[in-house]
Amino acid sequence: MNRAKVTEKIGFFMLFLCILITVLFLGIILYFVTVRGLRVISWEFLTQPPRSGMTEGGVAPAIIGTLFLTLGAVLFALPLGLACAIYLNEYTPKNIIVNILRISINNLAGVPSVVFGLFGLAIFVKFFGFGVSILSGSLTLGILILPGIISASQEALASIPQSFREASLALGATKWQTIRRVVLPSSLSGILTGVILSIGRAAGETAPIIFTAAAFYLRGYPRSILSEVMALPYHIYGLMTEGTHPEQQTQIAYGCALILMFLVLLISAVAIYFRQKQRRIHYG
Amino acid sequence: MGKKQKIREEFYRYGFAVLAFASLIFLVGITLTLFTQGLPLFREISLGGFIFGREWYPTYDPPDYGAFPLIAGSALVTLGALFVCVPLGVGSALYLNEIAGYKQKSIMKPIIEILAGIPSVVYGFFGMVIVAPFVQNLFNLPTGLTAFTGSLVLGIMATPTVASLAEDALSFVPKSFREASLAVGANRWQTLVKVVIPSAGSGISTAVILGISRAIGETMTVLMVTGGSAVVPRSFFQPVRPMTSTIAAEMGETVFGSLHYNSLFAIGLILFLLTLSFNIIAELISRRFRIKLGMGR
Repeated sequence: MNRAKVTEKIGFFMLFLCILITVLFLGIILYFVTVRGLRVISWEFLTQPPRSGMTEGGVAPAIIGTLFLTLGAVLFALPLGLACAIYLNEYTPKNIIVNILRISINNLAGVPSVVFGLFGLAIFVKFFGFGVSILSGSLTLGILILPGIISASQEALASIPQSFREASLALGATKWQTIRRVVLPSSLSGILTGVILSIGRAAGETAPIIFTAAAFYLRGYPRSILSEVMALPYHIYGLMTEGTHPEQQTQIAYGCALILMFLVLLISAVAIYFRQKQRRIHYG
Repeated sequence: MGKKQKIREEFYRYGFAVLAFASLIFLVGITLTLFTQGLPLFREISLGGFIFGREWYPTYDPPDYGAFPLIAGSALVTLGALFVCVPLGVGSALYLNEIAGYKQKSIMKPIIEILAGIPSVVYGFFGMVIVAPFVQNLFNLPTGLTAFTGSLVLGIMATPTVASLAEDALSFVPKSFREASLAVGANRWQTLVKVVIPSAGSGISTAVILGISRAIGETMTVLMVTGGSAVVPRSFFQPVRPMTSTIAAEMGETVFGSLHYNSLFAIGLILFLLTLSFNIIAELISRRFRIKLGMGR
């Protein structure tokens, strides 16, 4: 073997090592969380509230709380984001203003999530007076996922060939009829992919709800959208940093981490399924 | 078009316009809120004193609002994370795009996507229970919750971001570039180093910049793993308190409208401006990159 060949072999091996380490880390995380999480997960763990100072019982209020917060966020962000995407893509001419809007929306997607938390605190909790509540938390998470929903929907809408719209308009359909009967149905799976990925993000976020919605321990379940709520991600953080029984709490945190990870991965699996389906539609 | 239908068309047009502007108002609102809540701090404290002040004791009497330890903490942890996520992320992207066969790629790509989807609090938890004790034993430290541990976990977390963006950049390099190089007798490694990497260079740097931006803004991981002591770090193996975790840890104790409250918004403003400028730089570089490869916009 000559020198170039040896260099090539070594180089390829180094690159393989990079990806191997990355994959290995995922393996380690999945292994520890799954094996230790499964030890504590039981029917009781999923359906009962915590007991005896967070050392026994389950985490049902936190699971329910996360579902409420995520649902609220999507209910708020989906109509707004979709409407924004439709307006920008279908109703406005392609000009520099739309381009600037698109870029600013993209940039907002990169703003740290804790900054969204600050915004939620100043506006929803204090200014509108919703207090620390499901409502404030849902709205904050909703705004966090709004840029993602807008850009995913806009991308999906932009991928629909112009000829589809022209064909519909040529048949005498109005603009709205064209959007509703032609553009939206053909871009549906693309929009769904973006929306589902946002749901996963909203479910796993912690920083935005720390000061807008979450409490470490509450007696019973939330009564209204204006009550504080327990949430899985915040519960993990709380179990690790508060309370008086670190040993038992860590075990429970493993259980919560497993449930949260399972939930989020399930959601992204659904998104990946829709993306594949969309590829089949577009590329045969 | 009938009159009724015309009215309906107009109704939808204006309806969408109103909803679109409502979402834009929220997004503009974030910027305004940070300024209105953060700037009052500078009536009491000079901008220089805030950014370069070395004492962060917001609850003492008299309080000190020197954010330098927090900025230094963020910088140190982010820098450390770069040493992890740049080689791992770019290396993985190169392997996936240039070396891996179809089958290997179809297994490894989803794995990296899964890694990107794990919530940050799970990374933080994993860092606390597994990585921190490991680091503590390995280096014989008083605590495992250090800037080093934070960098490690944060680096792993940012790896998928860097990998998938770098892979996008590599896939933009035309096949003809590689074929031309192979045709003149270069082997695959020489092609990779001399042709593919230079032509995807600015795309890869975009990936790295967005990785930095993600690492600076990450909250839960650093909050749980870096130990949280607000002093200017002297070494990697010492607890630090980055900007994000300061906001998350202290906001709960502040009084609404107090100077401490304003100072946390001012930190949020710094974070916002930092990530914004990184994103804009990345956008500019990637635009130049596309033009260079003849793709325009």
